[in-house]
Amino acid sequence: MHIPDGFIDLPTSATFGAIAAAGIALSLKGARESLDEKSAPLAGLTATFIFAVQMLNFPVAAGTSGHLIGGALAAILVGPYVATLALSVVLIMQAFLFADGGLSALGLSIFNMSLLGVWVGYGAFLTARKVLPKQKTSIPVAAAVGAFISVPVAAIGFVGQYAIGGTATYSVTTVLAGMVGTHLLIGIGEAVITSLAVSAVIASRPDLVYGWKPTTSNLEIRKA
Amino acid sequence: MHQLPSHVKIIAALFFIFVSIATPISTWGAFIGYLIVILITAKVAKIPLFTLGKRALIEIPFIFFAILMPFFGKGEIVNVGPFDLYKDGIEAALSIVAKGTIGVLTAVILSTSTTAREILRGLERLKLPRMMVQIATFMLRYVNVISDEMERMKIARESRGFEATGIKHWKILATVAASLFIRSYERGERIHLAMLSRGYAGELPHEESRHVPLVRWAIALSAPLVALLILLITTGMDK
Repeated sequence: MHIPDGFIDLPTSATFGAIAAAGIALSLKGARESLDEKSAPLAGLTATFIFAVQMLNFPVAAGTSGHLIGGALAAILVGPYVATLALSVVLIMQAFLFADGGLSALGLSIFNMSLLGVWVGYGAFLTARKVLPKQKTSIPVAAAVGAFISVPVAAIGFVGQYAIGGTATYSVTTVLAGMVGTHLLIGIGEAVITSLAVSAVIASRPDLVYGWKPTTSNLEIRKA
Repeated sequence: MHQLPSHVKIIAALFFIFVSIATPISTWGAFIGYLIVILITAKVAKIPLFTLGKRALIEIPFIFFAILMPFFGKGEIVNVGPFDLYKDGIEAALSIVAKGTIGVLTAVILSTSTTAREILRGLERLKLPRMMVQIATFMLRYVNVISDEMERMKIARESRGFEATGIKHWKILATVAASLFIRSYERGERIHLAMLSRGYAGELPHEESRHVPLVRWAIALSAPLVALLILLITTGMDK
């Protein structure tokens, strides 16, 4: 469920569209440097993965279930630049092909999820990683912190846009309380699942986890 | 309609949506006009109303959000049947539903009358960065492969008697997400290597873009221009 057309006024949508475009441009530049080659297929399959994983249902209780947003997970696995690109592509495709989210509101959604969610989430992950002991088991914990933060931060982004150009009559404080309240709960789920998923990837393919650079000892050649 | 170049259609759709958002809800006549334009466009594009309606259902959560609005707020109160409703709330709710519906219907017409591949080509012509277009191309190409992979994993779990019922099963589902990521990433690596060995150097082969005759532009832009005309006429009548 994304922001529909006409929910936020036109000037605000246009402004955030410009910010989103700038953010994507920067991420394109960054991704070119962080991927060793011009690797569209890898970023493309990451986008596919995010799209697919959002269809994976996690039962909560009494028939309700939720799904991952995947912003923090993608940032930790493939790095924030590629994550921004992949998530933006997912949002663009959802709007254009499935009418999920207004076309004029694309900039707003991209700003909230692909920029705020990914980068603040990744920042929180880095901070947590710095504080925690430098070992492999800390990474899933740091991932949980990043994922937890990424969800309410995207919600706050929405409330900010609402405060600037919202067309509904709910007061900003009501929207803030409602959005942040529910998204803190969603954030807990996102944190638990992201953490478990990151630890599962680390267990089998630690080399694929961008956020985990093991302290490798260089190959040592000893004389006989 | 199906033959119009996709970038022209995308521009027309965006233009139409912008006009509808810029319309104040008090000129409600304009919205009826927009709806008629949409229905005529759907008719010309041979999109059955049923399809249009079914695909617009995605909007429902926001309609609930809007329905509650007249009950909370401040200011002038109007009596509607057994309820005391706030006038501002009613207007804002109508505005959100009307504009959201027009946006969804426009996007549905665009995506039903244009193949996904064409939409991407259109976005590319509208200067969406080539890298983004390529990412989206790969996503379109492999989304079925990856969801089939996910489906097979689901069948494998179920054939072992697994059923996810609550939070205690999150660990297993998270592992599924993890192996789905590893499989997707490894597939990406294989595709990339295969492409490199076939001479890929960061760009996909291109078709020469053809010149779009002015008539095509005129046909596509007629819908949003009519909408603009409706807006001007209705606001003019208000004054």
